[in-house]
Amino acid sequence: MKTDIARIPPPSDDKRWRIIDTTMRRYGYDSHCLIETLHSVQEAFGSLDDQAMHYISATLGVPLSQIYGVATFYHLFTLKPREAHHTCVICVGTSCHIKGGATILSAIEKTFRVKAGQTTADGTLYLQTARCLGSCGLAPVVVLNEETLSKANQNNVIQRIQEIIRHDA
Amino acid sequence: MMPEELTELAHKEQTDAQQWQHQIHVCTATGCLSAQSDQVYTALTREVRDRGMDKTCRVKGVGCLGLCSAGPLVQVNPAGTLYQHVQVDDVPELVQSLKHSPVERLVCSTDIPFFQQQVKIVLANAGNIDPERIEEYLAVDGYQGLLQAVTEMTPSEVISEVIHSGLRGRGGAGYPTGLKWTTVAKADSHQKYVICNADEGDPGAFMDRNILESDPHCIIEGMAIAGYAVGATQGYIYVRSEYPLAIKRLRNALRRAERLGVIGNNIFESAFRFQIDVRLGAGAFVCGEETALIASIEGRRGNPRPRPPYPAEAGLWGQPTLINNVETLANIPAILRNGGGWFATIGSSQSTGTKVFALTGKVNHGGLIEVPMGMSLRSIVFDIGGGIPNELAFKAMQTGGPSGGCIPETHLDMPTEYETLNQIGSIMGSGGIIIMDETSSMVDVARFYMEFCQDESCGKCVPCRVGTAQLATLLTKIAEGMATPEDLILLEELCDVVKHTSLCGLGQSAPNPVLSTLRFFRHEYLAHIRQ
Repeated sequence: MKTDIARIPPPSDDKRWRIIDTTMRRYGYDSHCLIETLHSVQEAFGSLDDQAMHYISATLGVPLSQIYGVATFYHLFTLKPREAHHTCVICVGTSCHIKGGATILSAIEKTFRVKAGQTTADGTLYLQTARCLGSCGLAPVVVLNEETLSKANQNNVIQRIQEIIRHDA
Repeated sequence: MMPEELTELAHKEQTDAQQWQHQIHVCTATGCLSAQSDQVYTALTREVRDRGMDKTCRVKGVGCLGLCSAGPLVQVNPAGTLYQHVQVDDVPELVQSLKHSPVERLVCSTDIPFFQQQVKIVLANAGNIDPERIEEYLAVDGYQGLLQAVTEMTPSEVISEVIHSGLRGRGGAGYPTGLKWTTVAKADSHQKYVICNADEGDPGAFMDRNILESDPHCIIEGMAIAGYAVGATQGYIYVRSEYPLAIKRLRNALRRAERLGVIGNNIFESAFRFQIDVRLGAGAFVCGEETALIASIEGRRGNPRPRPPYPAEAGLWGQPTLINNVETLANIPAILRNGGGWFATIGSSQSTGTKVFALTGKVNHGGLIEVPMGMSLRSIVFDIGGGIPNELAFKAMQTGGPSGGCIPETHLDMPTEYETLNQIGSIMGSGGIIIMDETSSMVDVARFYMEFCQDESCGKCVPCRVGTAQLATLLTKIAEGMATPEDLILLEELCDVVKHTSLCGLGQSAPNPVLSTLRFFRHEYLAHIRQ
């Protein structure tokens, strides 16, 4: 365990910082645990903001440039929080592609006037694509919030999204 | 942990299992879970309890039952009746039927080639044991291979057994496993590592995930045996973070194994110690490449580096490192238990054993299959897969994901072996097979994979970073009917450059889908150009 670095206090009183501290402590504040630590932050806060990266940099003794490099290299990490009421993930893996995943995607893009990776203007729907959700036997697959729609088609997905949005109103 | 305790625990579990008149196995792997098999599991448990049958009938969550396209799957043992597309509403009828005959409308026949022609080594326990209970793994001779290795064999004897088996790397390239183990074992260092590569990134491939979800202990046992053989004391399992259930079951299995003492210090009262840690990926396909994976475990960007030196000589933190794929390691316990000679009798002479495939796309019976090496590709599609739905014609079979190629009907009679697949411009790959029918456009497939590679290129070397982007642009141009004959020549030239000058496997193999579709389906490209 490194002892030469003076521990700096977390950026705020937010209790979630304890989770981040626990992760770093578990690995003995070794710089090797950078990715594990970023996972913790992403899970607890939803994104990696400047404040978090500064704190990790100071605690692990890793240059900020390197943290930014890692945070932007991996697809899973995001620097900005995604603020939308609902998330729709369309699988565009090979199996889903062959079975019409792309058609579902373009239909949703058209119907809800949103592009993949973006949120609708009214902030109700965040549309995302996934490389492969691994449920290829049930392709095409769409995940709407927590709900998985297997063997989906554009009509039932659009209908389900509209139901969910209407339910909010 | 004393060796006798292991046998005792296994025996106790076997005896306990016999007290049940019925055991209802519900598939709780990701495939069936996305068809809400968890609700079926809960409903079954409640129904059995409400009818007061919970002393004689046990409802158990198990790993993958194989036929994912017919999920949620439920199997009633010891009768072995398999039910498909089971919904919560079917549960009362299903439980009621235990005393009578099976519910005919839900029965899925197991007489079909899909079940009959498979040979299971890696997936032997999938669908039979509860992956969350180590006792069930012990009851099916779990950790016996490790026990035998540690207490009765020297490390070099273990390695010769693996060499004798003829096992080759299941990650795709097919490097002889025994040879890799030998190199690491010979390397002179006080610290060595074993890494399990579970960064399964090919779209359409889910073999490794299902193995981890269905039988996590066989990976732990395989790694510990590998650690003993090569002289490593620390192992890492690098798993994609996109596999939450696999991670959860793996971590749970590790805790159980540690508590029981089958990993940790003084394993089976010997001087051998072995620890395993789980490391998570963060959504980067390139991290499946071994040097990129090592960089990622070290907490850095997943950039590959030139080889040599190979990880076997200088890997994780510069130390000799053995990297094996999930499926490769999953074969190890069975090889130790039954001997390398036994393994070598399965499959063909150059490619021994079995291979697990994720069979999907336009095929009647999709799911996770394990077949002996050497089986003809046609058997995989038409016997096991049950042919193409909607009476459409077969067009191509894609193997090896973004690094592989498309195989046309004329080559379907070839045996499934590493060399034969290479000859026709594809690769064995990690095991994703996607079947395409006559409605699929091959130019579109090539473009799909190229866009994938472009997106996943780490950006370190120019041929891959720029080449894949240019190739994707050219393919889009062709697909949209805007290309000239010169574009096709440029496409081929560029494929050649990217293939031969890229730094790592991602770039070197990125042109494969284009080259193989050009080889067998050139007319489709020409048709787009003439328009």
